[in-house]
Amino acid sequence: MDIHEYQAKEMLKRFGVSVPRGGIAYSPEQAVYRCSELSGDKWVVKAQIHSGARGKAGGVRICASEEEVADAAQWMLGRRLVTHQTGPQGKLVNRLYIEEATNIAQEIYLGFVMDRKLERVVVVASAQGGMEIEEISANEPESIIRSVVDPAVGMQNFQAREIAFQLGLDPALIPAAVKTIMGCYNLMNDTDANMVEINPLVVTAGNEIVALDAKLAFDDNALFRHPDISELRDKSQEDPRETYAGDRGLSYIGLEGKIGCIVNGAGLAMATLDMIKMSGGEPANFLDVGGGASPERVLMSFKAVLNDKNVEAILVNIFAGINRCDWIAEGVIRAVRELDLKLPLVVRLSGTNVEEGRKLLAESGLNITTASTLAEAAEKVVGEWKAAQMKEAS
Amino acid sequence: MAILIDSTTRVLVTGITGRIGSFHAQDMIKHGTNVVGGVTPGKGGTTHLDLPVFNTVKGAVAETGADLVVSFVPPPFAADSIMEAADAGIKTCVCIADGIPAQDMIKVKRYMRRYKEDRRMRLIGPNCAGIITPGQAFAGLMPPHIYKPGRVGIVGRSGTLGYEAASQMSERGIGVSSSIGIGGDPINGSSFKDILELFENDPETDAVVLVGEIGGPQEAEAAEYIRDHMKKPVAAYIAGLSAPKGRRMGHAGAIVSAFGESAQEKVDILKEAGVTIVPTPSSFGEVVEKMVA
Repeated sequence: MDIHEYQAKEMLKRFGVSVPRGGIAYSPEQAVYRCSELSGDKWVVKAQIHSGARGKAGGVRICASEEEVADAAQWMLGRRLVTHQTGPQGKLVNRLYIEEATNIAQEIYLGFVMDRKLERVVVVASAQGGMEIEEISANEPESIIRSVVDPAVGMQNFQAREIAFQLGLDPALIPAAVKTIMGCYNLMNDTDANMVEINPLVVTAGNEIVALDAKLAFDDNALFRHPDISELRDKSQEDPRETYAGDRGLSYIGLEGKIGCIVNGAGLAMATLDMIKMSGGEPANFLDVGGGASPERVLMSFKAVLNDKNVEAILVNIFAGINRCDWIAEGVIRAVRELDLKLPLVVRLSGTNVEEGRKLLAESGLNITTASTLAEAAEKVVGEWKAAQMKEAS
Repeated sequence: MAILIDSTTRVLVTGITGRIGSFHAQDMIKHGTNVVGGVTPGKGGTTHLDLPVFNTVKGAVAETGADLVVSFVPPPFAADSIMEAADAGIKTCVCIADGIPAQDMIKVKRYMRRYKEDRRMRLIGPNCAGIITPGQAFAGLMPPHIYKPGRVGIVGRSGTLGYEAASQMSERGIGVSSSIGIGGDPINGSSFKDILELFENDPETDAVVLVGEIGGPQEAEAAEYIRDHMKKPVAAYIAGLSAPKGRRMGHAGAIVSAFGESAQEKVDILKEAGVTIVPTPSSFGEVVEKMVA
C-alpha cells in the first residue's frame, strides 16, 4: 500500500527525521492560508498523488508570492497528473501540501528496500541525489553505497555512520545523518514498510539535513497489525476497477485490453493472460477467484469484470484442485442469467468434478462456449470476440 | 523415495483442528499419507480424525517421531509455527499460509540458520500448494488424482499452473516422481535451485519441469545451477509475459522491479543455460514428451 508524501513526512518526523515545515490544503484559499501560517517569502506547492516524478508533470511549483501559490493550487486541484508511473489515465489531485522552501546545498539519495536475493533489508545511498535510483545506477554506479542489515539484531549505529562518512558529509553533520538513517530504518522495521525512499535528502544552505521528499510503501500482508496505516489508504489514487474488486475480496488487476478473465490461482491467471495475448487478443484484467470458490464468488467475479466497460468478451479458466467445477458452473450460469450477459463467453473447466460442471453448462441452454484445454479456450474467446467486432462493424 | 516425501514419511499437521487443516488432513490420509498426529495449542491430549493432538510440536515429535510438518496455521501466526517446527528438530516443513508479512519471513530465514546444516529444517513455501510423490503421499492441498506416478520432477511457484503441467503430462502417459510447490511469496523457504539440486541427486527422477513466473532472482539463479551442475534435462515455462512492469500479479512475489525479473528476460537466461523452453502454458505435455523420449 502507498501513502501520500505529507503522510510519509508526518511518520518520518515521529521517527526523528527532520522534514520541512508544511501543511495540507484542499483549496487555493487554504493554500494561501498555509503560507501565512508558515511565514517566509517562498513556498513549494506539491500535488499529493501516489506517484513519483510529479515535478515533470507540473505537480511541484516553487512560488514567491501568495498569488502564485493560489494560481498553482488552482491549476493543480482537480487535475489528473500523468507521469511515467501513473499510466495514461493519470492520478487525480485532490489535496496539496504547502511547504516552506528549502535552500539546497547538496542532494543525497537514501533508500531502504527488501532485497529478495539476500532476504534482508538493504540500505542504498548515493551522494548523487535528485535523480531516480535507476538513473543513478546507470550514470553514476560507483557512487552507490550499500549496507546489509542483519535481521537478528537490526541496523546498528556503526552502519549508519559508515554510510554517512562514505557520502562525504561534513563531520559536523554526521550525528544528524546517523539519526536520519536510523530513523528511517526504525520506521521501516516498526511499520512493516517494504520500501522507504528519501529522494532527495538534502543538506541545506544552513547546514542541516532534511528529507525533502519521501516515499513509503507498506507490506499489504502486514496491514492487519497496523490499523493506523490502513486508515491512510486513499481510494481516489486507485484504479476504480481495482477498488471495486478489492473491496469484495478479489485479487484483481486492471489492464488495457478487451477480454475479461476469471481464473483460479495467480500463476494460472498470468498464464491465461499470456495465452490470450499469444492468440491475438488483449486481456482486460487479471483476476484470481481463489481456492474454494462458491457460486456467489464466481458471480461476484463476473460483476467485477463487467464493471470495466471496455470488456467485450469473457474467458473463465478453472483448474479445480480444492475448487469444484460444478460449483463454478453453477456460478457461471447464475451470472449469465442474473446479469443478462450478452457478451461472448468461453468457459474452460478442468479438475475436480469436471464432468458434473460440463453437464450443468450443457444443460443450461445458455449461449456458453466450452473448451477443454487452455489453448482452445484462448483461441475460442479471441475468435468470438473478433467475430462480434466484425458483426458490429457491418 | 522420490524427494522430500514418501509413504513412510511421518507427517504432523499443525492447525489440524481448524476447518481447512482438518479438511486437507482427511484428504492426505485418504491418499495414503502417513499422518501421525496434529498440533493445536490448548487441545493437547484430545483426538481429532482418530489422531492424537498435541499442544506443541516438540511434544508431538517426542511421542510420534514425526519428521515432516505441514502447517495450516493462518498467516499472522504462521511464522511462529515454522520456527517452532525448526526448533523441534523437524526435517521438512511445508507452509501453506498465503499472506505472511515479508518481515516475518526474513526473521524465519534468519532463525533457521541458527541450526547446523545437518539438523537445519528445510522449509517449503509459504503460499504454496504443497508437495506430492504420486501414488505414495502428499502434504498440502493439491488434487492427487491428476498426478501419475513416474520419473519427471515438477517444481513451481503456482499451485494451479503446476496442476496444469501435471495433467497435460498425465494425458500423454508421463508420470511424476515428485511435484514441489515453492510458493508465490517474495521471500520463501526453498528456492528453485534448492529443489533442482534434490532432483538432480534423486535416482528416481530423470528430468525436471520448472514452472516459474515474473519477479525475483530465483529463475536466474536456477539457470546458473542448471548450466554448471545438472546432467538431467530441464524444461521451463515462465508465466507473466504480458504482465505490466511494477504491478503485483496476485502473488506477493510476482512483480517486476529489477533487471532480469521480467518473463522474457528469464526465458532468455534459461534458454542460454540449455533449458528447453515451454513456449505456451498449453504445451507442457508436448514439450516434456519430446524431452523424455
